[in-house]
Amino acid sequence: MIVLEKRPQPSKAWSYATPLVAVLATMVFGGILFALLGKNPIEAIGTIFWEPLFGEFAFYYRPQLLVKGAPLVLIAIGLSLGFRAGIWNIGAEGQYIMGAIFGAGAGLAFYPLDAFYIFPIMVIAGAFGGWLWAMIPAFLKVRFGTNEILVSLMLVYVAEQMLASVSLGLLKNPEGFGFPGSRNLQSYDSAHNAELIAGSGMHWGVVAALIAVIFAYVLLNRHMLGFHIRLTGEAPRAAKFAGVNPARLILFCLGLSGALAGLAGMFEVTGPSGVVSIDFNVGYGFTAIIVAFLGRLHPVGILLAGGLMALTYIGGEIAQSQLGLPAAAIQVFQGMLLFFLLAFDLLTNYRIRAAQSEVA
Amino acid sequence: MTTPLLSLQGLTKAYPGVVANDQVSFDIGEGEVHALLGENGAGKSTLVKMIYGLVKPDSGTMMLRGQAFAPPEPRAARSDGIAMVFQHFSLFDALNVAENIALGMENPPPMGDLASRIREVSETYGLPLDPFRTVGDLSAGERQRVEIIRCLLQDPKLLIMDEPTSVLTPQEVEILFETLNKLRSEGTSILYISHKLEEIRTLCDHATILRLGKNVGECVPSETSARDMAEMMVGATLQTPERSGRAFGEVALDVSGLSVPSPSEFGTALKNVHMTVRKGEVLGIGGVAGNGQDELLGVLSGEIQTTADAIKFNGQPIGKLGPTARRRLGVLTAPEERLGHAAAPDMSLTENALLTGSVREGLERNGFLKWAETKSFAEKIISAFDVRTPGPENAARSLSGGNLQKFVIGREVLQDPDVLVVNQPTWGVDAAAAASIRQAILDLAAKGTAVICISQDLDELMEISDSFAALNEGRLSAPRETTGLTVDEIGLMMGGAHGMEVAHV
Repeated sequence: MIVLEKRPQPSKAWSYATPLVAVLATMVFGGILFALLGKNPIEAIGTIFWEPLFGEFAFYYRPQLLVKGAPLVLIAIGLSLGFRAGIWNIGAEGQYIMGAIFGAGAGLAFYPLDAFYIFPIMVIAGAFGGWLWAMIPAFLKVRFGTNEILVSLMLVYVAEQMLASVSLGLLKNPEGFGFPGSRNLQSYDSAHNAELIAGSGMHWGVVAALIAVIFAYVLLNRHMLGFHIRLTGEAPRAAKFAGVNPARLILFCLGLSGALAGLAGMFEVTGPSGVVSIDFNVGYGFTAIIVAFLGRLHPVGILLAGGLMALTYIGGEIAQSQLGLPAAAIQVFQGMLLFFLLAFDLLTNYRIRAAQSEVA
Repeated sequence: MTTPLLSLQGLTKAYPGVVANDQVSFDIGEGEVHALLGENGAGKSTLVKMIYGLVKPDSGTMMLRGQAFAPPEPRAARSDGIAMVFQHFSLFDALNVAENIALGMENPPPMGDLASRIREVSETYGLPLDPFRTVGDLSAGERQRVEIIRCLLQDPKLLIMDEPTSVLTPQEVEILFETLNKLRSEGTSILYISHKLEEIRTLCDHATILRLGKNVGECVPSETSARDMAEMMVGATLQTPERSGRAFGEVALDVSGLSVPSPSEFGTALKNVHMTVRKGEVLGIGGVAGNGQDELLGVLSGEIQTTADAIKFNGQPIGKLGPTARRRLGVLTAPEERLGHAAAPDMSLTENALLTGSVREGLERNGFLKWAETKSFAEKIISAFDVRTPGPENAARSLSGGNLQKFVIGREVLQDPDVLVVNQPTWGVDAAAAASIRQAILDLAAKGTAVICISQDLDELMEISDSFAALNEGRLSAPRETTGLTVDEIGLMMGGAHGMEVAHV
């Protein structure tokens, strides 16, 4: 019989190795899945991981990596702080939508004025929108002890309805011939989150994501607040004993993750998307949860995981179009990645040992 | 020579990194109360788990009345007449006594029959117990009775009792001993695990002493002095803590009319607690576990806040201050639960040093942490309190209980507190470490710190405290000077026998 034995100390080596092992296991089992679907597994895996980076059309796909990765990283960084403290914001998708609505709304309010301060105001408005949306579950939790998982999740669907409503009403393009959706912010220079270097995919959202990574790293490793976040997650009673105010921590973590998700939405709507429309959100807020865990809730890990996740997205799309793999197979493939990561994560704290059977 | 009831031959059990039992052999005779004596970690629990079928020995044999005996699981041990009362009760609060007992049976009889059998057994052995009372309403002593009756219903030949008196008042202990004596007179053997020497001297016919997994000696307790047994147990000459001078200053901590509800559902509310501690005084607070000890510590540490005036430090009301503000003033605490309350299990010792040390040791500037200073503070604790660990980067959970306790106490002591509150400072700690912790507390008091020591170990409280008070159902008795207190008086302060009666033998 095989038994799991708790290690006296979490293994450093395994905590770094598990993401790699998980990616390898995903390739192997994903390959088997693709083979069962009648595709050449090596070609399929190669398409997903190789094509976007070094393939024939890599010049097009590489900027896409930044465009897809930046919101994931930005949102995941915010979520990871809360997750570290055991505060589960599952509603980043809603906060992302609200950030986009507030950001775009602030910009469109100035239309067609041309001024340098419009974009900064939109950034603040976007962050504020996300923050405000996250403050609802935070306040309810602090005041009435409600479950933030349920409240934040349900608010996603409320946000989606608000998005539909403003796309059809408040923010609808007056010159849009009755089609739903706002004016295209890409063609309103003062509000456009343009690429900083043309063709690179590098927009302000990418910069914000990198700043967030550095900020989170410093916070967690060098600051009392970060210490309190980690302490609350690892031993809530000890945190209380250390003098942590749980209510303040909840407000901070949910607020910050909401603001970052709002920023991500705002940078998306003003840049790659350009338009507030009914189908504006594509699930970054949910995928960011996977990214946060894939990155082991560590800022640098999240940066890498965001890149990897963006890669499987883009690679998956290529595999769909070139090899005719069903979209569901790609989703299973991504699901496997999280599954294996969580499974191998066990090895950080436990070792596997063969043992004689014993009733214990 | 008669065949012993249970004979153990060369039992060995090794866990990774530690040999829990090494070639342990001894016999338990029929109708004998046999003490198994040893410090925490000496291997007592592993040994009885082997007898009870919870753990399989790596080597060695057991003979029950001359027959080979190797229970693969507790059920087999029970059907061979072995019963065990665990230190931690496994009872459901929401169910009544009879339901709890039925849950532990293979084929429970109808509830009415079971209830009448429970009544019968409880009357025979002087353990009065109403089968239809809800367990949640019972005192610790009564809960133990449920466990004992559950065992007696199996009509055991050998009853194993793991530290049975740790949850009882002195009066309740007496009742328990009456019951055990009656069982002995009926021919039931008892394996009695304890580290309380005086009890073993009163009760037991024979004692086996374990140290570091080895059988280091046997003795007849009634003919051996407690000190000799203690030294066999520890393997070294014991040092009694010393203290110099008992000069008390002015009142440092003044608690008056303190009433708070417990933050947890099964906790005990504190009711109108009054006490004062002077500078240099050690106030010992005794009482059976679960009578408000955790709540009292929480209220003093600032985790539970109360009206401002209920707690005064040097005359200043601090009842509304949180833990950090109290630390800044000099009121420090060390909770009972080491892992998860006093320390974060998966964090390093350095990080755990920061946990309470940040304010007084100046380990942060504008919220930014000074890791180098924190590390040297952790190293200072490790060296000053002889904490056995490769270094401060190790996780708290990798330390043994005693070592972590030294770290936790040392962390507060080295911060030079004006008031120090400790809860169960030597719980689960080996004798040598316990002595050094007590010495550190006394040294601190000698320097003028007001100390409150909450403990369930009466011997410890008698040894170190100047005055003594007891918690009983959230009420604190009026403190009295320790010198001259008798065990009977202490027992009464602790709430007597909680309504229990002595066996009618």
